[in-house]
Amino acid sequence: MPTNVTATNHKLIGKNYTTPDLYAKVTGRAKYAEDFRADGMLFCKLLLSPFPHARVKHIDTRAALAMPGVKAILTMDDLPALTDWITDNGTVMLADKKEERGLAMEPLYQGEPILAVAAVDELTAAEAIEKIRIDFEPLPFVVDPLVSLRPGGPNARTEGNVSVRPAPPPNVPGRPVTVAPPEVRELKWTEADFAEAKQGRLPMGKATDEWTFGDLDAGFRNAALVLDETFVTPNTSHQCLEPRTAMAYWQNGKVYVYTTTQSTAQSVPNIARWLEIEPSNIVFISEYTGGGFGSRGTAGIALIIPALLSKKAHAPVMMRISREEEQYIGRARPGFQGRMKVGFSKEGRILALDMFVICDNGPYGQVSDAPSSGRTVSLLYQPLAMRWRGVTVLTNTPPRTYQRSPGGLQAIMLMEPVLAKAARKLAIDQVAIRRLNAPEGKAEFGAGAVGKRAHATSAFIKEALDRGAEQFKWNERKARSGKRVGSKVRGIGVSMSCYSGGSIGYDGLFVIKPDGRLYIQSGIGNLGTESVFDVHRVVAEVLGVPWEKCEITWGNTSKNLPWSCTSTGSKTIHTMTRAAHAAAMDAKRKLQEIAAKDLGGKPEDYEVANERVFRKGGGPGMSLADAARRAVRLGGIYDGHELPKDINKMTVASATALAGQGLLAVARDNYPCDGVTHSYVASFAEVEVDVETGKYRILDFLAYADAGTVIHPRIFGGQVLGGTILGIGHAIGQKWVYDQHYGLPLAKRFHHTKPPTILDLPAKLEWASVGIPDPETPVGARGIGEPPVGGGCCAILNALSDALGDEIFRRAPVTADVILASLEAGRPAQDDLRANI
Amino acid sequence: MSDNELADPRISAEKSVSRRNFIKIVIASGAVSSTSYLFRVSIPLAQASAPGAVERLITLTVNGQQRRVDVMKQETLAMTLRYKLGLTGTKIGCDRAECGACTVLIDDVPHYSCSMLTHTVRGKKIVTIEGLAGADGKLHPVQQGVIDEQGFQCAFCMPGFVMATVGFLKTNPNPTRAELAQGISGNLCRCQDYDKILTAMMRGAENMRKA
Repeated sequence: MPTNVTATNHKLIGKNYTTPDLYAKVTGRAKYAEDFRADGMLFCKLLLSPFPHARVKHIDTRAALAMPGVKAILTMDDLPALTDWITDNGTVMLADKKEERGLAMEPLYQGEPILAVAAVDELTAAEAIEKIRIDFEPLPFVVDPLVSLRPGGPNARTEGNVSVRPAPPPNVPGRPVTVAPPEVRELKWTEADFAEAKQGRLPMGKATDEWTFGDLDAGFRNAALVLDETFVTPNTSHQCLEPRTAMAYWQNGKVYVYTTTQSTAQSVPNIARWLEIEPSNIVFISEYTGGGFGSRGTAGIALIIPALLSKKAHAPVMMRISREEEQYIGRARPGFQGRMKVGFSKEGRILALDMFVICDNGPYGQVSDAPSSGRTVSLLYQPLAMRWRGVTVLTNTPPRTYQRSPGGLQAIMLMEPVLAKAARKLAIDQVAIRRLNAPEGKAEFGAGAVGKRAHATSAFIKEALDRGAEQFKWNERKARSGKRVGSKVRGIGVSMSCYSGGSIGYDGLFVIKPDGRLYIQSGIGNLGTESVFDVHRVVAEVLGVPWEKCEITWGNTSKNLPWSCTSTGSKTIHTMTRAAHAAAMDAKRKLQEIAAKDLGGKPEDYEVANERVFRKGGGPGMSLADAARRAVRLGGIYDGHELPKDINKMTVASATALAGQGLLAVARDNYPCDGVTHSYVASFAEVEVDVETGKYRILDFLAYADAGTVIHPRIFGGQVLGGTILGIGHAIGQKWVYDQHYGLPLAKRFHHTKPPTILDLPAKLEWASVGIPDPETPVGARGIGEPPVGGGCCAILNALSDALGDEIFRRAPVTADVILASLEAGRPAQDDLRANI
Repeated sequence: MSDNELADPRISAEKSVSRRNFIKIVIASGAVSSTSYLFRVSIPLAQASAPGAVERLITLTVNGQQRRVDVMKQETLAMTLRYKLGLTGTKIGCDRAECGACTVLIDDVPHYSCSMLTHTVRGKKIVTIEGLAGADGKLHPVQQGVIDEQGFQCAFCMPGFVMATVGFLKTNPNPTRAELAQGISGNLCRCQDYDKILTAMMRGAENMRKA
C-alpha cells in the first residue's frame, strides 16, 4: 500500500471499494458497442482513400447497388449541411466549412473514409466496396511540417498549410460571444531560415503565435550557462483497445446510438450538431467504453456513418471498426519539432527560456497542443522570463486530437533533457535543480505581465520531489549510476510533470427515495477511470449514507442524467466531486428544512448523519426514508417540482423527469475556485543499458503524485502508473513511420507501433501521493489522468542520458539501434529533423 | 453431432440448397443458428461468392455445453463465439493475434480465438470468460482476484488477461510476479494498468491455491 495517501476521518473518501461495474466486466457481461444486437441489423464497411490527398471526380456505385443484399450507400452528399451552433454556455460557434465531416470528397490523408456501404452482412458489404469505381485526381501532399514550411513546399490543403486561430472578437455586453473557426493560411519560410537545419538545429522562421513575459534578453545576458537544443517528439496514435465501433437505429424519429465516449452527457449536443437533429431526439448509450485517452471526448464523428446509413436503409446498422481503420480514424497525438534556448544561473535557476514549437496538426481543425506546451513549461519550470512561439502546420496524416497530456508531454520532452544536461554541466544534483525551479503554491504561468498572469490553485511538487527522492533512495542509487559492469551500465533519472486537473460549474443530481436509498444520476463516461462512480462517494460521505445504499445510474441518456464534464483534461475527479458535493449540500439543506418544519426549531438546529436528520446533540429526528416521503408531500423544491435557475437545460429535463419520486437534490457547482487547477508528479527511474547491444531495461520506477485528496486509492494508483506507462511508450518505442515519397503510413497496427507490454516494465512499479488537499475545492481532490505522462517518458530519457551521456539522442523514442549507432559515432546518430522516420 | 457429418462435403452443400429445411432440422435438434450477422444470410449470396462461404454444421464444446453451429471454412473462433453463440465476453481488439483480447482456453491452453479457425477446434474443450464462474454465480478465484484488487480500468482487455492467467496457472500455480508477467505477456492493456493487473492476477493465483 502506497504511503501518504491522505489520512483523514473520512469513512468513504480515500478508501478502496469495489466499483459497481466490475462484476459485469469480469464475467464478460459488460456490453461494449460491438456487443449489442438489434433485429434486422445490417453491417457497413468503409471505402478508404488510397491517396494522401486527392479529389474524387466521380463515383460509380451502380454495380454495388445492384448486388443482392446491398441496402444503402452513404457519401458526403448525404451529410446534413453545416450550420452554426451554440454551446451550453451560449457561445455561438460559426460553422467551419473546412472541418472533418466523417466522409470526404477531397480526402486529406490516406485512409480517410470516402463512402460507406450497408448490407445484410459484412462480406457482402466488403464485396460491394470492391465493385465501386472511383476516379481520383491526385493532389499535392505533405507528411512533414518542415517540408511544408520550406520555400515552394507543398500544402496539405488547397487553401494553405498552417492553421491559425483568429483573435477572439471583442466581448459586447448583451450579445452572445461568437467564435470563428480556425483559418487556413499559407506560410513559407525563407532559405535563410532553413540554413540552421544543416547543423541539425530547428529552423525558426515566422511563427503564427507568440507570447512573452519578463526580460528575456537580460535573463540570457546574466546566465552562467545557455543551452540551445533541438528535439523531435513522435506522432502517436491513441490505440484504444476497443476500436470506435458504432451501432445505430431509428425509432419514432429518435436515433439510438451505441458507441464509445468520454462523456455520456456531452456526446448528445455533438451528435445533434452532426446529424442536425434536436438533442431530445437522441438516445445515447455507452455503459462501457474500451479506453479513451482523449481520443473520444464527446464520441467520434464516425458514428454519423451508421446513424445516417440506418436512416437511409430503414434498419439498424453496425459499423465494426478494424484495428487498421482505427489507426486512420482513431485519432493521434501531434508530434513536435521543437527548440529550447535556456539560460541558467550558476545555481541552476532558469533565468530565461525561449521556446519554439512546430506542431504536426494533421489536416483538420486545430489541436491546442502548441499553446498548451508553452503554458506547461512556464508553470512547471517557473522561468523568470520566457518567450513562446508556435506554428501549427497541416499535414496529410490522420486527424489529431488531445492525447493524455496534450502539449504537456511534448513540452516536458523538449525541456527535461535540457534540464538534465544543465545539471550535469553545472554539477548540480538532478533533484536539486528541479526543486529549485519547481512551482509552489499559487504559482503563475502563461503570458502576461508579471503579477497579472494566470496562477495555479496550489502546487506541492517540491514535497513530491523530497519524499520521492527519499523513497527511491536517490542518493544511494546516484552513487552507482554511470558505472559500467561488464557490458552493462546503469543510469537514474528524475523528471517533473504536470497537467491541468480540474474545471468548475457542472451539475449534481440524485433522489433520496422513500425506501431510504440514494439514486444517483451520473452523466460521466465510463472509460475505465471509474470517476463515473468515484465522484459520488462524496454524496454518501456528506450525507452519512452507507455506500451499499447508493444506486448509480449511468451510460444511457434516456435515464435522466445531469449535465457533466467530459472526462478530458484530467478534470472529472475535481469537477464532479464539486458538483456531487453541491448536490449533497442541497440535500442536506432540504433535509434540515423538512425536519424543522415537522419537528420544530430552525433548520440549522439539525444535522444529517447515519441515514437520519436529527437535532444536534441528540433529540427528535427522522430517517431519510421518512424525509423522502415528506418531501413528496411537500412538493415544490423538495421533490423537484421547482428547480434552481442556474442548472443546465439537460439537468432541468432530467430533474423534471425524476420529480415527485422522493427528495430531489440538484445543484450547480458554484463554489469559488481561485486559480487554475493543476496536478503534478515527480517521477524517478533507474535503467540498465547494455552498451554492446543497445538494449535497455527499466529496473525501477516511482511516480510520486501531488493531486490533492485521493478519493479511491487503487484507481488513483492505476491512473498514476497507467499515465506513466503511456508516457514510457514515447520514450522506448512508439512512433509513426511514413513513406515520405508516397505519403503513406507504414506503422498501421499494434506491432508496428506497439504500446508498452507487461515485459517492458519492472515486475513492480511504485506510486505514492503527497495527499495535501487542494485549498480551492471542497473535497480537495485534483485530477490525475494526465499529469504523470510526461514524467513517465522523461524519467526514462533522463536515466538514459545519465547512463550514456548527452550525445545519444535528439529525438524520442530512443531505441537500441539509436543507442548503438550514437555510441559508435560519438554524437547523436539521429540528427535528422524529419517527422515520422 | 459426429465428425462424419463433415466428412462428406456434399452434406453441407445439400443443406445449404434447402436452407429452410436445414434450419428446421437445426432448431429441432437444439442447435444454435442465430442470424449469421457477418456471414452469408441467404443462399443466392452464398452461391454467388467463393466456395469458402458455404457453412457447415459442426458441434463445439463450449463452457461445458455441446453447441451445434454452422460455420464457414474460414470462420474464426472469435467470430463464431461472438456472433453465432452470443458469447460477446470474448473481445476483438485487433483480429490479427496482436493484442490477446480474444484469448480463450482450448483444452486448457490459452489461444487467440481471432486466429483460430473454428473447424479446427471440433472435439476440443473451449472455455470463455462466460464459462469461468460457477452455475451459482460464484466467481472463479482469478475473477475474484480482480474484484479483490479492483484490477483493470476500461476492462476491454480483461477477458483475455483472465483467460491467459487461468491457463498459465494450470502450468505454474505458484508463480512469482515476473513469471506471471511472462506468462500473460501476450496480452496488451492500453490503459497500461499492468501493475494493478499483475497484482490482481497474483491475488487470483493465491485465491486458487487457497481454494
